[in-house]
Order: sequence, then structure tokens, then C-alpha cells
Amino acid sequence: MLDISTLHYLVLGAALFLLGVIGVLTRRNVVIVLMSIELILNAVNLNLVAFSRYWQGIHGPSALHGQVFAIFVITDAAAEAAVGLGILIAFFRNKETVNVDEVHLLKW
Amino acid sequence: MLFLNNIWLIPLLPALGAAIMFFFGRKLQKSSVNAVCVGVVVLAFLMACGTVVQYNAWADGHHHRPFEKIIYTWLGSDTGHLNFVTQNGSQAAFQADAGFLLDPLSAIWLLFVTGVGMLIHIYSTGYMAHEGGYYRFFGYLNLFMFSMLTLILANNYVLLFVGWEGVGLCSYLLIGFYFQRKSASDAANKAFIVNRIGDAGFILGMFFIAWLCGSLRFVDVNAFAHAANHSPDTLKYIMAATLLLFVGACGKSAQLPLYVWLPDAMEGPTPVSALIHAATMVTAGVYMVARSNALFLLAPTSMEVVAIVGALTAIFAASIGLVQNDIKRVLAYSTVSQLGYMFLALGVGAFAAGVFHVFTHAFFKALLFLGAGSVIHAMSGEQDMRNMGALASKIPVTYRTMLIATLAIAGIPPFAGFFSKDEILWQTWTSEGGAYRILWGIGYITALMTAFYMFRLIYLTFYSKPRMSHEVEHHIHESPASMTMPLVVLAVMSLFAGFLGWPHSLGGSDRFARYLDPVFARGEARVLVEEGKSGQLAAGEKEEEHTSPTEYLLMFLSVGAAGVGWWMAGRSYSNADKGYTEPIAAAAPPVYKTLLNKYYVDEGYDYVFTGRRKIGNVRLGTMGLGEASSWFDTNVVDGAVNAAGWLTRASATLSSWWDKWIIDGIGVNGPAILARMLSYPARLFEAGLVQWYALVMTAGLVGFVFYYVYH
Repeated sequence: MLDISTLHYLVLGAALFLLGVIGVLTRRNVVIVLMSIELILNAVNLNLVAFSRYWQGIHGPSALHGQVFAIFVITDAAAEAAVGLGILIAFFRNKETVNVDEVHLLKW
Repeated sequence: MLFLNNIWLIPLLPALGAAIMFFFGRKLQKSSVNAVCVGVVVLAFLMACGTVVQYNAWADGHHHRPFEKIIYTWLGSDTGHLNFVTQNGSQAAFQADAGFLLDPLSAIWLLFVTGVGMLIHIYSTGYMAHEGGYYRFFGYLNLFMFSMLTLILANNYVLLFVGWEGVGLCSYLLIGFYFQRKSASDAANKAFIVNRIGDAGFILGMFFIAWLCGSLRFVDVNAFAHAANHSPDTLKYIMAATLLLFVGACGKSAQLPLYVWLPDAMEGPTPVSALIHAATMVTAGVYMVARSNALFLLAPTSMEVVAIVGALTAIFAASIGLVQNDIKRVLAYSTVSQLGYMFLALGVGAFAAGVFHVFTHAFFKALLFLGAGSVIHAMSGEQDMRNMGALASKIPVTYRTMLIATLAIAGIPPFAGFFSKDEILWQTWTSEGGAYRILWGIGYITALMTAFYMFRLIYLTFYSKPRMSHEVEHHIHESPASMTMPLVVLAVMSLFAGFLGWPHSLGGSDRFARYLDPVFARGEARVLVEEGKSGQLAAGEKEEEHTSPTEYLLMFLSVGAAGVGWWMAGRSYSNADKGYTEPIAAAAPPVYKTLLNKYYVDEGYDYVFTGRRKIGNVRLGTMGLGEASSWFDTNVVDGAVNAAGWLTRASATLSSWWDKWIIDGIGVNGPAILARMLSYPARLFEAGLVQWYALVMTAGLVGFVFYYVYH
């Protein structure tokens, strides 16, 4: 069996991040974009926790900085999701659509 | 010495009369006006008589010097403020006083001016009795007497000039007395303006005299002139000065070419014509030249000019007078002609003869004018002789006195005019130089013409058939005593005044000329004999110890001329009925037309000097200058102004174009257009999509990471 080291977690985190970014950039539906943003944030969480564990391995069990920060990120993600959905509602009220590429009022 | 020392009262009395008329005249009764104005002149005459008597007595004990009384220094001072440098380089202080000079010359003028003036004032009370503006008339007459007396009694040229201008002013006021009539106000303007032209010459002459002599007082000028050894330059300047003075005399005394105002001056009331334009004002020029005789004697050329102008004027005016129909015009031209005789006399050096003619002429010419006024009064205002006739029995006093005056002016002995005119002709004949014989001939023919036109006047007015309308005929009446009395007095003078100058050749003592010796004889020295040019100028009076037979011959010829003129007039006019023909018109109609139109001189002056008539399209003279100036102002000056305006607007247009296209176009709009042009490609990057923004953010992030990792 392979030893699951920190690197594996980081790669997983990077992969999730990449998926999230691709989702933000290419998906048409606003809801999917928001979900992708959540995915990015969670990937970041994974990174943070992985590094917290790594640091605990070096500096002892009180190096919980990564995990604390991950809690912050989760809170922030929740707030952001609320705001994002608010924007989505306003967006929908104005445009009757949830396709991002139909909002190009700033296009010349 | 009472009168002599108070000689300043003589001009002052009429001035007082004029002042009273000016301030209070409007409210006075006619009788008060008479009392004041006529009274002051009577007083002045009495004073003048007393003064002359006292002067004669005084002069006997004072070498017959002139009596000078200076009241105060009017111009200049002793403090050197008005110093100037004279021609020979010495310093002189300009000074002119209010001063009075009495010598035989001014004594004679004084007596006849005040005497004839007094008679005319009395006459005017009758003549102007029914006219409006009575007090104004007498005020002006008194002002005139004041000015004339100032002129005569002045002791220097400047005060003389004050009087000169004053009489010119009064002439203007009196000619234009009926100023509501345009012809009268035009005539007044003409008189004053033509006079002014002469005055310019007078003033220039005065400048020359002041520069030459250093002073303008007569005694100083005479002393300068009598001094020996004048350099040729000085003599040239003296000639210039005397010619300029003569120009002034031409203006005032109506000689060619400045005589044109005198006939028009007949627009004024007849007493004015009598006083001013016959007896007194027009003799001012003669007086001035006689007063300057010392200077004139130094300039033979000037004297020749004076003589020639005088003779030509005499014959010129007489020829016009032959055909005039207005009774006053005939007398006006007669005055011009007789003044020509006076200047002829002065020009040949016979100063005493000239003054004698002034003296006698004053009486008979004033009488003629006053008589004409009486005729006009009798004829209810008619002045045209074509409408008169057969008045002799109806206005006997007027007729007889005018006949006496006509005999006098025609030169028939023993009336006054014979002696004076004959003396002039004799002096002209005996002057050195053949040219003077020609002048004698001119004078002779003029005498014939004078007799002709004067008797023409008598025949047409008093004899011949009555040619007036019936209403006028009914109203013919003799004038009141206030008018006929002066006529009688003047007739007596016209008869007897000549006896004062009874010539040696006829056994007399020529007291008139002897009286004037101190003025015209050259003091102690008889200089200029060495000049040689005109020997007769060496003495003011010819020394005739013996009379040549030529004198009697010439005397006989003059009387003959007068008689022939009388006879010719009688032949043509003694039976003139309505529609009579003029003999000259019958003989030579173009000549008649020319004479009737006064040789078209007034029209000629209008073409050349005043510019009232255009020659083709060109206007000369003063109005031509006005037109030319107006053209210059409208086209050149205003053109320049318009050009300046146009230039301003053109530059404004240029500025605005520059501002709009260059400054705004390139300076302001240029960067804007540049920015817009650059924006076109730049815009292409904008899609307005959120995901595009996210992509660009991601790309940037990746770039940072790569940079961070690989650096």
C-alpha cells in the first residue's frame, strides 16, 4: 500500500481547485458557477487542513492554525454563498435568465 | 484850451447816445430818442468847432505841430513785455495808446463829419418818423459817429483800426437795418466780408510799419519817414507796407476790385447811404492814405498804383452809372467814381486836392442822397427812375437843392465840385511822365460821363413826362422841414464850399491847401529831389507861382465836358415819356446790356471767389474749397476710418478662423480624436462577460505563480 502523505492531499486539493476554476470559467448557469466557487473554497479548505496536519507533525499538537483558518473560510463561504444567491435573485429578476453569457451590458 | 484838452469828449458823446439807446432805447418816446441822439451829435459838432478854433490858435504858437493828447496806454507798456526787434535791428517796445491827435487834416475831417452827421441826424428824424426800430436806428447812427470820430482823431494806427472796424460794423448793422429782407441782410454780409478782405491788407501793412518804425504812432512814423538815408531794403518794405495799406483803403473806400459792396449797400435806409456811403465811412480810406502820405511819398510805385486804380475805378463806375435805373444805384456808382478821383489825386501827389475833393464831395453827395431820399419819400417808396418824372413843380425845395448838387458834382463853376475836380485834373496833367496824360484823359472822360448820368437823373426825375401811377401821383408832397432844412444847408455848402479852395490861377489864395501845408509839406527838408523818379512827388503841393495858359485851357475843357454831358442828357431824356428808350441801348445793345449788368463782375466773383456758381462741374472759390474739403473728408478721411474698421473686422474673421480650425481643431479636438481612434482597437477587448473577467484574473494569477516559482 502507498503511504498517504501530505502531498496527496495537496494534489487532491489542487485538482478540486482546478475543477472549480474550470467550472467558474466555462459553465453557463449562474448556479453552477456559484457551486464551482464553493468547490474552490472547499479545495482551499482541504489545503489548509493538510498543511495544519503537516505542521502538527513538526511543531506539536497546538499548531492548529490551518484548521482555524479553515473554519474562517467555511464561514466566509457561507456568507458569500448567501450574497451570491442574492445577486442571483436580483440578476434573475432583471433578466429572466440564469445564463451568464446573456449579461453583457458592458459590451461595446 | 477847454475844448482842446477835452477832445476825448467829442467821440464820447455819440458813444453815450448809443449806450443810452442800447440800454433804455426800447422804452423811450421818439421825442426822447431825438433829444438824446440828435442832441449829442449837435453837441459834438459844436465842440468840434470850438476845438478846431482853439487848435488853430494853439498851432500858431507851436510851429503848427499836431496836437496830441494821450488818455492812457492801451496796448503795451514801459516794462518791456512787448519788446520786439525792428528791421534795422534796434529794440522797440510795442505801444498803442488811446490817444487823440488833432492837426489840420483831422480838423477838416472832424468838421465835416460832425457837421454833415448832424444834418443827417436831423434829416433822419423826419425820414424815419414812420419806420419801426426808431431807437435802434439812432443808436446805430450814434455808434457810427463814435467809431468814425475815433478813426479820425486817433493818434496811432491801432486806434484808427478800431474806428475802422467800428464803422464797418455799423455799416453792416445799418445796411441790414431791415434785416427781415433777405436782400438787405445779404447786402450787409457782403459789405462786411468785402471790407474784411481789405482789412487783412491793412493789418499786414500795420505789421510792416511797426516792424520798420518800431511804433505805430503817427508822429513816430512820420519822423521815421522824414529821416534821411533809407536803405533800398527799407524802401522796398515801405513799398510793401503802403501797398498793403492801400488794399485796406480799397476795401473801405470801394475801389476796384473791392467796390462790389457799395451798390448793394443801397438796401439800407437812405440817410445811411448819405452818411456812411457818401460822406464819411468811404472817405476813411482816403483819410488813412492821406495820413500816411509821408510813407507813400517814399514809395513812388505805390503812388502810381494808387493813381491808376483810382482812375480806372472812376471811369469803370461812371460807365455803369450811365444806365442804372434805380436812383440810389446811380448815386452809389457816382460815389465809387468820385472816390476814384480822390485816390487819383492822392496817387499823383496832390494830397491837398484829394482832401479838398473829399470835403466838397461830402456836401454835394450827402445832399444828393438826402434829396433822393426826399424824392423816394414823395413817391411813396418808388426808387425806379423809369416811374418818375415831372416832379420839379411838385417838390420844389428838393428839386432846387438837388439841382445845385448836380451842378456841383458835374463840375460847373462856381459850384464846389468844379474847384476840387479841376484841381485834381490839373495836378494829374502836370505830373511828370506821359502816362499821367492818359490818366488825365481817363479823368476827363469820367467827368463827361458824370455830367451825363447826373443830368440824366435830374431829367428823368424832375423833368420829362410823369410816368408814375395815378395813386402815387396824388400822394406826391414835399418833405417836412426836418428833411428839407438839411437839404438847404447842404445846398448852401455845395455852393460856397468851393470858395475855400479858389485856385491861384483865378486869383484866389487857395486857403484850403495852405491850411493843409503842415500835414503834406515835408517839414523843413524837401527830400527825394535826388530820387528823381517822379519829380512832382517832391512836394505835396505844386509851387505854382505863375499859372501857365495850359491851366486855363484845361479848366475850359473840363467845363466844356460838363456842358457837353449836360447837353447830351438833355437831348435824350428831357422829354422822356413812358417806355422811353435809352440812347445807349439804341446805339449798341450789347454794350447797354453789359453796363446794365455791371460788367457781370458780381457773377464773375461768384464763379471765381465765392464759388456760388459752378463752372461746368467744377466749383471754385470758398465754396469750392468747402466742397473739396467735404469730398476729402467723406472719401479720404472717412475712407481711412472705414478701412480701419474693415481691417479690424477682417482680422477678427481671421482670428476666429484660426481659433475655430487651428486651435480648437488641432489643439483641443486633436487629442480627443486621437483617443477615440485609439479606442477602437482597445474596445475589442471588452466583452462584458463576467467569466471573461474571471479568466483574465486567473491568467494573471497563474502568471504570478509562474513568476514566483521560476524566478
